[in-house]
Amino acid sequence: MPDVWSQYSKKVMDHFQNPRNVGEIENPDGIGHVGNPVCGDIMELYIKVEDGIIVDAKFKTFGCGAAIATSSMVTEIVKGKSIKEALKISNRAVAEALDGLPALKMHCSVLAEEALKSAIEDYLNKSKKQEDSSKSESAS
Amino acid sequence: MRRIYLDHAATTPTHPEVVKAMLPYFADSFGNPSSIYSYGQEARGAMEEARIKVAELIGARSEEIIFTSGGTEADNFALKGVVDASEHKGNHIITTSIEHHAVLEVCRFLERRGFEITYLPVNEYGLVDPDDVRKAITDKTILITVMHASNEVGTIEPVEEIGKIAREADVYFHTDAVQTVGHIPVNVDKLGVDLLSISAHKLYGPKGVGALYVRKGTKLVPLMHGGEQEKRRRAGTENVPSIVGLGKAVELAGQEIDKEIEQLAGLRDRLIKGLMERIDHIRLNGHPNKRLPNNINVSVDFVEGESMILNLDLEGICASTGSACSSASLEPSHVLLALGLSPEEAHGSLRFTLGRENTEADVERVLEVLPGIVAKLRTMSPLLKTQK
Repeated sequence: MPDVWSQYSKKVMDHFQNPRNVGEIENPDGIGHVGNPVCGDIMELYIKVEDGIIVDAKFKTFGCGAAIATSSMVTEIVKGKSIKEALKISNRAVAEALDGLPALKMHCSVLAEEALKSAIEDYLNKSKKQEDSSKSESAS
Repeated sequence: MRRIYLDHAATTPTHPEVVKAMLPYFADSFGNPSSIYSYGQEARGAMEEARIKVAELIGARSEEIIFTSGGTEADNFALKGVVDASEHKGNHIITTSIEHHAVLEVCRFLERRGFEITYLPVNEYGLVDPDDVRKAITDKTILITVMHASNEVGTIEPVEEIGKIAREADVYFHTDAVQTVGHIPVNVDKLGVDLLSISAHKLYGPKGVGALYVRKGTKLVPLMHGGEQEKRRRAGTENVPSIVGLGKAVELAGQEIDKEIEQLAGLRDRLIKGLMERIDHIRLNGHPNKRLPNNINVSVDFVEGESMILNLDLEGICASTGSACSSASLEPSHVLLALGLSPEEAHGSLRFTLGRENTEADVERVLEVLPGIVAKLRTMSPLLKTQK
């Protein structure tokens, strides 16, 4: 890391330069898709769940340095967490794990939290549907 | 790491000769130009010399130059000064949708005060149609303000034609020439303007100083009230060192302008060509040839501007973007949207603005590192997949 003046912490710059968990998961158990082109940040978050534990998480993000860093960080934090624990991860926790974000960039951490929640929601909906269909199958 | 500065539309390094010219006016010839003893008169002399130099560069008379704190004050002064003096005549102002905020926000402020503002559209290259100006004029129109060249996309506006239209209609005409004075030829009579804004730090002068050209006879109410400085048109003790710096900067600009145009236009075209060759899904924003010699503005698909800027900064390259993520407002550049770009395209914009100290090696360095940066960011872009 060159020692330069930056609006971002060293941790943000590290996650921006070397983002963890970039990419997609094939046959993910949940996908979160948040943001819109107008505000300039789009995040996609993929999760793999085994026995109620998030065993893998990957992301794709169109956005600024903070958007990329928060995406990277949230995928790191969430790995190994139960669904229940994962739902408790707040945007502040993501920002704090990055040693803070500039005030103007806090919305990026909100987006990361939303991306995770949306992926979990997707997972829960899918598993509910599966349960329902297996129930109706066994009923018939 | 060698730093390559490619953001001269934001600000320029103060020329060493400008700094040298300014220095005596801080501690040695520190007098107040309004004082009648020698210290004061020394300062006044230096200031008046600067005024002559500014006037000479734009083909004006020295008494038509009012020093200000910069381009923003010059714009505010021009707009508010004219409307306050012409309120009895009408309440309509014509401007464009791509002006600098120093004009646009004044217009919005005046709108809240009850003035009617016409924001003219531009075409895909950022050009205003002079016919649109003609059609927009009513018997209530008191001012037309159209920038000389866009600070963002570099498009040079048909100010001369609009000047003729303004003259025929007998409406005051202001142009924000902050990006052009000292960079391309500017002549107030040729352009047909009554008011013209100048900023020193865009032409290798110091920050915090500028000037407003006011054609003789133009009715203008002061923005600053107080002492009798600047013939009672702008109160406040003059910023003598900075004014001297502005004078030196315009003097140097006048000497170097032809050389600078040739040098920068060559580098500009080389950079544009190289970017188009080495990066796919990229396009030039602004006009292909009615363009400032130093401006390169491109949109790179599927990636966001700030993330490109940060990566370039890590390579020592300073550039800018019209992406929302780099601004407090979180809205993409109003200029790029006015050109008809989608929000994604505006977010993916990159602006390089060259300056005198740039070389071919600088351009080559950008061409060497940017394709890799774009490729890296595209691997993490969710937009690329959906376009496949």
